[in-house]
Amino acid sequence: MYGNDFGDFDDPGAGPLNAADTGEVEAAAAHADRRAELDLSDFDAIIAADQRIEPRDAMPEEYRQTLIRQIAQHAHSEIIGMQPEGNWLTRAPSLRRKAILIAKVQDEAGHGLYLYSAAETLGITREELLDRLHNGKQKYSSIFNYPTLTWADIGAIGWLVDGAAIMNQVPLCRCSYGPYARAMIRTCKEESFHQRQGFEALWDLMRGTEAQQAMAQDAINRWWWPALAMFGPRDTGEHAVKGGHTAQSMAWGIKRFSNDELRQRFVDMTVPQAERLGLKLPDPELKWNEERGHYDFGEIDWDEFWRVLKGDGACNAQRMERRVTSHKQGAWVRDAAAAYAAKSEGRKAAASNEGSAA
Amino acid sequence: MTEPTQPLFEVFVRAKRGLSHVHVGSVHAPDATMAVRNARDLYTRRQEGVSIWVVEASDITASSPDEKDSFFDPAGDKVYRHPTFYTVPEDVEYL
Ligand SMILES: [Fe+2]
Ligand SMILES: [Fe+2]
Repeated sequence: MYGNDFGDFDDPGAGPLNAADTGEVEAAAAHADRRAELDLSDFDAIIAADQRIEPRDAMPEEYRQTLIRQIAQHAHSEIIGMQPEGNWLTRAPSLRRKAILIAKVQDEAGHGLYLYSAAETLGITREELLDRLHNGKQKYSSIFNYPTLTWADIGAIGWLVDGAAIMNQVPLCRCSYGPYARAMIRTCKEESFHQRQGFEALWDLMRGTEAQQAMAQDAINRWWWPALAMFGPRDTGEHAVKGGHTAQSMAWGIKRFSNDELRQRFVDMTVPQAERLGLKLPDPELKWNEERGHYDFGEIDWDEFWRVLKGDGACNAQRMERRVTSHKQGAWVRDAAAAYAAKSEGRKAAASNEGSAA
Repeated sequence: MTEPTQPLFEVFVRAKRGLSHVHVGSVHAPDATMAVRNARDLYTRRQEGVSIWVVEASDITASSPDEKDSFFDPAGDKVYRHPTFYTVPEDVEYL
C-alpha cells in the first residue's frame, strides 16, 4: 500500500505496476495461525500444515543453516546494494530526485536490518553476520557488482533490479520461517515505491531529448541481463544446474517457486512495460509464444554470472573495500556510544545505592 | 575480529492514539535512548507510529518457551467466563 498512492504521477499504464501490488503481500499477511492445533515439536507436521516455524520450535539443523545462509546473504545484498545507488546521491538531477533516492537508499538499509534481526533469531549474532560478509565467507547478490555509469542507471536499477527483487520477495512473504516471512511483508510494502520511482525516472528520460533517450537505452542494455540472472541458476527442465538447493528449499516451504518460474513471470511482466517506455530490451530472441502463453527469451551468459559471483565483476573489490572501510571508520562512534551507555548506567547504579542507604 | 555485542531491544509502536503499542521488531543499540532513536529511523519512516516503547530483550520474562503448555490449561474448562455460555429467552433485548 505504501508508495502506490504516489501523487504527481503521470500514469503511464493501467493495472498493477509490480508484483507487490497484486494483493499477494496482503494475503500473506492475513495468513491464519493454526499452530495451537499442532504438536510444535513435530517440524514436519508444522510444514505439512503450511504453518510458520518459530524461533524456539524444533527444526532440523540443515533447515536452520540453510536459513541463516539465505537470510544473511539477502541482508548483505540490501546493505551492499546501497552503494551503486549511493554513487548518484550527490549528483541527482533535481532536489525531488535526490530526496526520493535518499529515501530509497535508506529503505534498503532498513531491509538489511529487518533481515539481520530475522537471521539472529536462528542463533547467530549480528557481529558474526557482519564478519562473514567482511571476510567473504558469505556472498551478496552479484547484481551489485555492476557499476552505475550514468543517471539512467538509477532508473534502470529501480525498475529492473527492484522489480526482480520484488518478484523474488513476494513469495517469501509465505516462507515457512516466521521471522523471515514477517520481514519480507514489511519489506515488500516498502519496495513498491522503489520500482515505481525507477520506472518514472526512465519515463521522464524517454520523453526528454534524444541524448536522454539514448542514455536510458544504454542503461537498459547493460542492466537487462544481469537483472534476469538475479533469479539464480536454471533449476527446471533439462538445463537445470546440478546440486542446486531448489527442491529441498521447496520441500521445506522456504521457496515457493523455482528460479525459472519467477524469471519467466518477471519477463512477462516487464516486456509490456518496456514497450510502454519505448525501450528496446537487448534480446533478439525475445518474442511472444502464443502456445505457451509466455514470452520466449534468450539464454543468460552463465559464465559471466559465475565469474561475477566469484569475485571477478567490475566492482567486487570496490564494494567490499568500501563496506569494510566504512565499518572500521564507524568504530569510534560505536565505542563512544558504548562508553556513554556504561557511564550513565554507572551513574544510575550510584544514585539508586544512595537512595537505599538513606 | 568480532566486536562486543550491543544489547538487543524489542520495539513496540503505537500506530495512532487510542490503540495499544504493538511489537514490531527489534534493534541493537548501546542504550535505551539510542534504541528509541534507532527504532524511530527503522520502524516509523512512513508515520507508522505516534509513540515508541523499547525494552531490553533480556529483561522480558516470558510465560513459557513454547507459548503453549499446561500454563494456559486452567482457563480451558471455564467456558462460563464467556457470555455465550448462558441461555436466555430470545425475546429479551439488551442482554
Ligand atoms: Fe530492498
Ligand atoms: Fe528496494
